[in-house]
Amino acid sequence: MQFTRSRAILCLILLVIAVQVLTRVTGTQFYLTQLTMAAYYALVVIGLTVLMGYAGQISLGHAGFFAIGGYLSAALTTHNLVPYAHSPLVHFLGRIGVLVQGRDIYGEQLLTVTPWAACVLAVVAAAVIALLLGIPVLKLKGHYLAMATLGFGIIIYRIALATDYFGEADGISDVPGFTLLPGIGPVGPLVVNGDFGNRVQNYYIAWGLLIVGMVLLLNLIDSRVGRALRSIHGSEEAAEAAGVDTARCKLQVFVLSAVYAALAGVLLTHYNGGLGPSEASVMKSVRYVALVAVGGMANLWGALVMGVSLTFLSLRGVFGSYDDAVFGAILILVMLFAPDGILGVRPGTLLARLKR
Amino acid sequence: MLELKRINKYFGGLHAVNDVSFRVDRGMIKAVIGPNGAGKTTLFNLIAGNLAPSSGEIRFRGRAIQGMKPHRIAALGMARTFQNIKLFQGMTALESVMVGRHVRSRAGFLAGMFHLPWTWAEERAIRERAMELLELLGIAEFADVEATSLAFGQQRSVEMARALAMEPHLLLLDEPAAGLNIYETAEVARLISRIRDMGITVLLVEHDMSLVMDISDEIVVLSFGEKIAEDIPSAIQQNPEVIRIYLGEDEEIA
Ligand SMILES: Nc1ncnc2c1ncn2[C@@H]1O[C@H](COP(=O)(O)OP(=O)(O)O)[C@@H](O)[C@H]1O
Ligand SMILES: [Mg+2]
Repeated sequence: MQFTRSRAILCLILLVIAVQVLTRVTGTQFYLTQLTMAAYYALVVIGLTVLMGYAGQISLGHAGFFAIGGYLSAALTTHNLVPYAHSPLVHFLGRIGVLVQGRDIYGEQLLTVTPWAACVLAVVAAAVIALLLGIPVLKLKGHYLAMATLGFGIIIYRIALATDYFGEADGISDVPGFTLLPGIGPVGPLVVNGDFGNRVQNYYIAWGLLIVGMVLLLNLIDSRVGRALRSIHGSEEAAEAAGVDTARCKLQVFVLSAVYAALAGVLLTHYNGGLGPSEASVMKSVRYVALVAVGGMANLWGALVMGVSLTFLSLRGVFGSYDDAVFGAILILVMLFAPDGILGVRPGTLLARLKR
Repeated sequence: MLELKRINKYFGGLHAVNDVSFRVDRGMIKAVIGPNGAGKTTLFNLIAGNLAPSSGEIRFRGRAIQGMKPHRIAALGMARTFQNIKLFQGMTALESVMVGRHVRSRAGFLAGMFHLPWTWAEERAIRERAMELLELLGIAEFADVEATSLAFGQQRSVEMARALAMEPHLLLLDEPAAGLNIYETAEVARLISRIRDMGITVLLVEHDMSLVMDISDEIVVLSFGEKIAEDIPSAIQQNPEVIRIYLGEDEEIA
């Protein structure tokens, strides 16, 4: 178990390196941009897989958590606090060192929250909202839970679309880069941004994060808590009888998956230099659910492979203007013919299903 | 160990459990019998916390537990099996039994995610203990088979192993012999006696009396939600009202 998993992770690392080398050799480094973005979206998908596939709780609101991460970090790192410089709050923030000064393109003085502080705040906010939402809605099951989380997603979407602070229909642009680590000596800084020259570094940051996120989830699934989660999926009543605090377990994974989504939102926003309300749309939530389903529901590797590959194709524009329709169609087809995901399908069972 | 005081449960207008009181003392095998629909499963659900009583008190190991969540009652040392087997879909027999170790282990969310070294020994112990129980129940060879795909009798054994993995003080068995043939039933009877010898108190529900007469120390008889008798097996066998109920249902007392 442990051994094959380490090998799989090693293979993935080698593949990630091989792809980068290949794009360099063939002069197709423009692919790295979409591969980087796909890695961040896949982070949302694998987090959602643990919630849906293992704990058995659906969420049609995960674009909402992604958007909470993205929008909060974008707003905090772009909105100028100079006009409020004398308010006690801004003063306090400056004192604890979470503000940064700069100049905008017109030479105006800028005072904004640092990306690190904004990131922490955005992710914590997503976690707290997930907790507050999860306590009541996770008592619901099946369709009811789906509808409740859908409602949450719609609220976040409307807030993004209607709030001046979040840029309304235009979203937020000119989001600065996120310096993860400052440069030390000859080693340059580690920065999440969309600079052309920084493409390779960003590719490795995104994939490094995805792989770490993956390892943590694989660990979790294999642990005592992971077993408890899977038992909830199997029979909630029996899990309770075995002493599993099902309500608490469900809440924990809900928050965890929200944190994954929010973190992806933060980083992708810094990478792209902005985001718009479509990131919060219900179609995005449906897309994440479709990717979890097509990956095999309770299959982290399937989710990773499908999350990356289909998102990559979508970002390359392969599906054209039918983009959302493709994901809708995928969802229908998976539910009809392969509710366990297409990676687990054998032709025989497919035929049997068709005949029924 | 367990004490029920004047327990009532209504489902709408239906008085499913009517003023039932009895005690289960440490180390005994106590049985609850009665015709179908007498309220036996409801009584179990009340004890295990799946239902809250309409009135009355349930004390377990010195604590009032009525209205407590099932997982908390389980953590206090009560395990149960279900009349209609409830196994975890998608989990192997071994994994299912390992879930039973949940209350006897402690690795949390973050410890699991970061695969902290101290959890390794715990995981290994959980696995070993679960394997021992599969061996005890004679289903070790199916350890890696998905539990829900096993034969009926083996599924019951997995459920029993999962309950025993909790090292409970009290084990509730809801019709453990339902659907089993006479050989398997005799096997279950021997197993229950062995469980008692391990120091686990047993409360079991049975519809069919042949099993309980041999192994129980005391029997409670329920009919239409009411306790109509409570005594040792030989006395229950002689009790005219019990005989009347069972003859009324066209059943014979073994
Ligand atoms: N959840 C429920 N809601 C309504 N009625 C119930 C429920 N559970 C059991 N009953 C009713 O309570 C009575 C007792 O059922 P039960 O406890 O299952 O009996 P037994 O296990 O002795 O066969 C039956 O009439 C049954 O229909
Ligand atoms: Mg019953």
